[in-house]
Amino acid sequence: MEQFLVLAGVSKRYGGVRALDNVDFACNRAEVHAVLGENGAGKSTLIKTIAGVVQPDAGTMTLDGKKLSLRTPQAANDAGIVCIFQELSLLPDLSVADNISIARPPRRFGLIDLRAQRRRAEELLAGIGCEDVNPMMRVRDLPLSRRQMVEIAKALGKDPRLLILDEATSALTGADVERVYAMLARLKASGVAVLYISHRMHEIEALADRLSVFRNGRHIETFGRGERSPDQIVQLMIGREISAQFPPKPPRAEAPPMLEIKGLSWEDRLHGVSLTIGRGEIVGLGGLDGQGQKELLLALFGVLKQVSGEIRIGGRRKTIGSPADAMTAGRQTGGASGGANGGQAGVRSGGGIALVPEDRKTEGLMLPMSIAENLVIASLGALSNGPFMNTGRERVAVADAISRLQIKVGRDSDAVHTLSGGNQQKVVIAKWLMTEPAVILLNDPTRGIDVGTKQEIYRLLRELADQGAAILFYSTDYDELIGSCDRVAILYDGRIVRELEGCALTEQAIIAASLNLTRTEPAHV
Amino acid sequence: MSDLGLRLRQNAYLLSVIVLFGLVYLLYHLAHPKGFSSAVLVQNSNEVFSLAMLAMAQTIPVLMGGLDLSVGAVMTLVDCLASHLLVGTTTQIALGVLACLVTGALAGLVNGCVVVYGRIQPIIATLATGAVYIGLALFLRPTPGGKLDEDINWAMTNALDDFAGTVGLFSDGLPAWFRPIAGVPTSLVLLVLVATAIWVPFRRSVTGRAVYAIGSSEQAAYMSGLDIKRAKLTAFTLAGLLAGIGGLFLAIQTSSGNADIPQAGGYTLSSIASVVIGGTSLLGGSGSAIGSIFGTAVLKVISFNFRIFDIAPLLQPMFEGLVLLSAISLGALRMLRVKNQLELFR
Repeated sequence: MEQFLVLAGVSKRYGGVRALDNVDFACNRAEVHAVLGENGAGKSTLIKTIAGVVQPDAGTMTLDGKKLSLRTPQAANDAGIVCIFQELSLLPDLSVADNISIARPPRRFGLIDLRAQRRRAEELLAGIGCEDVNPMMRVRDLPLSRRQMVEIAKALGKDPRLLILDEATSALTGADVERVYAMLARLKASGVAVLYISHRMHEIEALADRLSVFRNGRHIETFGRGERSPDQIVQLMIGREISAQFPPKPPRAEAPPMLEIKGLSWEDRLHGVSLTIGRGEIVGLGGLDGQGQKELLLALFGVLKQVSGEIRIGGRRKTIGSPADAMTAGRQTGGASGGANGGQAGVRSGGGIALVPEDRKTEGLMLPMSIAENLVIASLGALSNGPFMNTGRERVAVADAISRLQIKVGRDSDAVHTLSGGNQQKVVIAKWLMTEPAVILLNDPTRGIDVGTKQEIYRLLRELADQGAAILFYSTDYDELIGSCDRVAILYDGRIVRELEGCALTEQAIIAASLNLTRTEPAHV
Repeated sequence: MSDLGLRLRQNAYLLSVIVLFGLVYLLYHLAHPKGFSSAVLVQNSNEVFSLAMLAMAQTIPVLMGGLDLSVGAVMTLVDCLASHLLVGTTTQIALGVLACLVTGALAGLVNGCVVVYGRIQPIIATLATGAVYIGLALFLRPTPGGKLDEDINWAMTNALDDFAGTVGLFSDGLPAWFRPIAGVPTSLVLLVLVATAIWVPFRRSVTGRAVYAIGSSEQAAYMSGLDIKRAKLTAFTLAGLLAGIGGLFLAIQTSSGNADIPQAGGYTLSSIASVVIGGTSLLGGSGSAIGSIFGTAVLKVISFNFRIFDIAPLLQPMFEGLVLLSAISLGALRMLRVKNQLELFR
């Protein structure tokens, strides 16, 4: 086997985080090489470095014996490195044919030859079994799974010598996955090197000739297919004992239900989801990416329109039409139950729903605004007298929030984007805790933050649950679900397929349920 | 779905704008005492030409998701320059025309450089450069004046037979093939020429494709390996050139130069309105300069009708505003179908 792509001593830092730490890595011609690792292990930085999207701080890359210095994605393409990214690189307003030939369209007399471009698109699409896609359609009008296939056709059109697939099959249907496998086999036979990134273990077992495991930005080990058992691979990926970093779970007691969901459906993403979360309970949402977890959280927070089904908070049915509704959803309940049960019914004074959103930079924070302004933005009503802010109470609330979550700030008047990722996330969480919610929804809150802050967040969640909040927590990290949740609901294709708790809550069980292996007839294959 | 059906559906809005224009324009001719005559056509076409050029110019930055507030200023600058240069021998005039076009393109290139290398949003970059261009125009023509060559004015602002007569074509009688088109306005022919000679090749060039890509998703365009800087520079230069053609025609039409600041501003705003009525999305990525030409036509046909029908002329801005509003509302209909409210903000 000749080595085709070789990385030596490659490092990349983002602020204080070492995304790649002195990585040596090699990939051969005519083989499929899988890269494995937890979220945040450095896989995507590795790919971005190879694809010319980010420039490494140190180290060298050689391709076919020639030194590479890739300043742009175009330079990588010119060298024969083509990447299919997880986030699609298609242009929604242009046609399929335009997209496939975007950078190097066929030309006649200097102008784009539309007929040749269309033929080319038809050929490439036919090559991956997508004759049904009309090249004249706008990409905007295609369903997500078709777009992903167009993305693949676009990559193939660049005649790759090294093809990188980053979770490229996550949006595909079963039949399309088969076509992609066949395509990869053909490419391999013609000598192309393939780097394959996927969280789906069975895909990797079916496809990869060699596997490399990454952890915390380091290349841990490379081995051939079948040389390690799945258990050993998981151990390599985790590389530590799981239990230590999570706070102990209290014994489970019957708790009055705080959040009840019955038959929640929305578009084709949620199909009759029913779930009950008790007071003081932390429930995790698991499953493969994109099975409706995010939509469930958004539906509960009033972001989605025309959601059918029933939502009850503290036993009362609620119609939630907007995030503003969601924030105040428990308020009347608080007053009523407070009157009836002398306050011990325990809906806390704010009593609404809070959502720590998926993307803190766009949905969670106003990056140019100050830390203090961000912290109070969801509690303006409580901190104002009529139309004016009560600056005294505001200052107290900000100081409380900063000390409670131990946010490391210079001055609270600094712009929030000056903080590290972990501290930014703490600001988002603190902002919602200030509303004193009865139900806390979290969408992958520990993504891209350091281990220390993660542990603080787990402790905080347990504290909040102990004080009576109901917590619904989506995470792509199985350890996190096992370590911090009382119960985990696994979603598959917009439905809850399993609920796991106690000693049934294991990584194997989660993975099996995520792949919907427990059912005799999987929904697609 | 058949290809024809797909094309019709993708261009449904533009087709409805064209039909709307056709109907209103037909009404105008029916009511006009000299309706369907070459003279009326010539007058209308001359009135539309400069704004149509500016609307085409404006389309390009709008397709990239920006706005160009300097198109009116570039037009005024070239107008003032032309009032000095378009006199003398045929060679001198030809060189003058060339100089005017180069000036327009240069002004556009400067805009592009400020946007690309200064990393400044187009709207604010062109607000500043536009003021500079107006300043230059005032320097060239502190007071309205100048006298352009009379022949070029006559040739360009009348029908084709006058053009032929002025340049000395067919001096021994009009040939048979020419007669049916003798009454077509020269400025209309020029408009079609510019649209086919500049827009059509642009639309099919890699740069043109890149302009749409940038407006659609600049990130994805970059990740697809497109040369974004070059595309932006070319696009702004082209916009400057088109605005320059508009200015050149304005000078020829009025036979003089005038650094009229309110007029420059008015033209800029009307160009944006034309682009929107023509179906180009202000978010970028979809639309066309052809649409903008018809957008201009719709705006202008309203004022034509005000002259024919006995409506108080003071109501005209209100009607133009209502047309603009309904065009925008049609575009916003899509939002009613959005079911994830986060998408409203993207």
